[in-house]
Amino acid sequence: MSLESDLARVRGLGSAKDGTHTFWHQRITAIALVPLSLWFVVALLCVMDAGHADTVAWIKTPHVTALFIALIVALLYHVKIGLQEVIEDYVHLEWLKLATRIGLNLGAAMCGLVSIVAILKISFGTL
Amino acid sequence: MAQLVLPKESKVTKGKSIDAAAGAKRRRRFVIYRWDPDSGENPRTDTYDIDLDKCGPMVLDAIIYIKNEIDATLTFRRSCREGICGSCAMNIDGTNTLACTIATESIKGDVTIYPLPHMEVCKDLVPDLSHFYAQYASIKPWMQTQTPPPPDKERLQSKDERVKLDGLYECILCACCSTSCPSYWWNSDRYLGPAILLQAYRWIIDSRDEATGERLDDLEDPFRLYRCHTIMNCARTCPKGLNPGQAIAEIKKLMVSRSI
Repeated sequence: MSLESDLARVRGLGSAKDGTHTFWHQRITAIALVPLSLWFVVALLCVMDAGHADTVAWIKTPHVTALFIALIVALLYHVKIGLQEVIEDYVHLEWLKLATRIGLNLGAAMCGLVSIVAILKISFGTL
Repeated sequence: MAQLVLPKESKVTKGKSIDAAAGAKRRRRFVIYRWDPDSGENPRTDTYDIDLDKCGPMVLDAIIYIKNEIDATLTFRRSCREGICGSCAMNIDGTNTLACTIATESIKGDVTIYPLPHMEVCKDLVPDLSHFYAQYASIKPWMQTQTPPPPDKERLQSKDERVKLDGLYECILCACCSTSCPSYWWNSDRYLGPAILLQAYRWIIDSRDEATGERLDDLEDPFRLYRCHTIMNCARTCPKGLNPGQAIAEIKKLMVSRSI
């Protein structure tokens, strides 16, 4: 039981002065993903029948390497913000919220890192 | 986590049925949520069959008739009976609205009436709105200025500036929109909800107010403002035809434009 006033409860810890950049970045990544996803689908269709050597040569092209990295970064950042919104909406246990937020951030960063390293390895390697 | 099943003591049971429409030409069944905190019993739905020729055309007329003539224990709020006080907001036929402005004839089949969703219930159709009103108080719903008013007249506004308040000043704080919003259901402890954010925007956009920045500062929060995902339940249910979702989007636009 608490004898705190309703207003004190509503004011709580005050405003976090945060959230706008998340909102803005979610929109920017969404806009970026429209052409990047279209390019990715079309590109996949184009290289579907190509052999291994041709596909590797294609990935080594500077603009393809850059587009792949841009796609990975935009996609994972967008996914990270989206899942963060889901956690904020539905996870109300403080420890679980904290744990899922940490897991999400590290998971998304790790996925991005591994994907980018793989692309760079193909791009700069002798595969 | 979100609770998907009602607690045992909140499960709604079937209550009594009263047929008060013997010989009626226009018979209609009202199924009404009942809960008495003093009884220790679970909530129930009572059924009343009434003759629509014996009461006025609106749902509020019908439940006033039930209270006056059939069951005096039925508890609900009402005052102005013309859609301006917001007291009789309740969930009628699955939609939050004002009992005084919805005609019984506009509802097909049985008329089901529940209190506003996801609010604590004081009794029957009366929800506890203390938290909602405290949220309203938290946005400082009054004009904040540093410049003293002109000594001989009121603070002036151009016609264009005044037009910006249309669609905002009409809000009667009935809470229909906020209690229709899933984000408000799950996070009302921190999310301000559509009604309060529409009211906040009403002061943000008022050309006479001089605390716009401070108001935006207070709202800039992942929970207070950004729990709105623009699903627009608020605009669909508003009995005054307002669009809180748009007001919230305008606040978000202002947040972005002051940060880029």
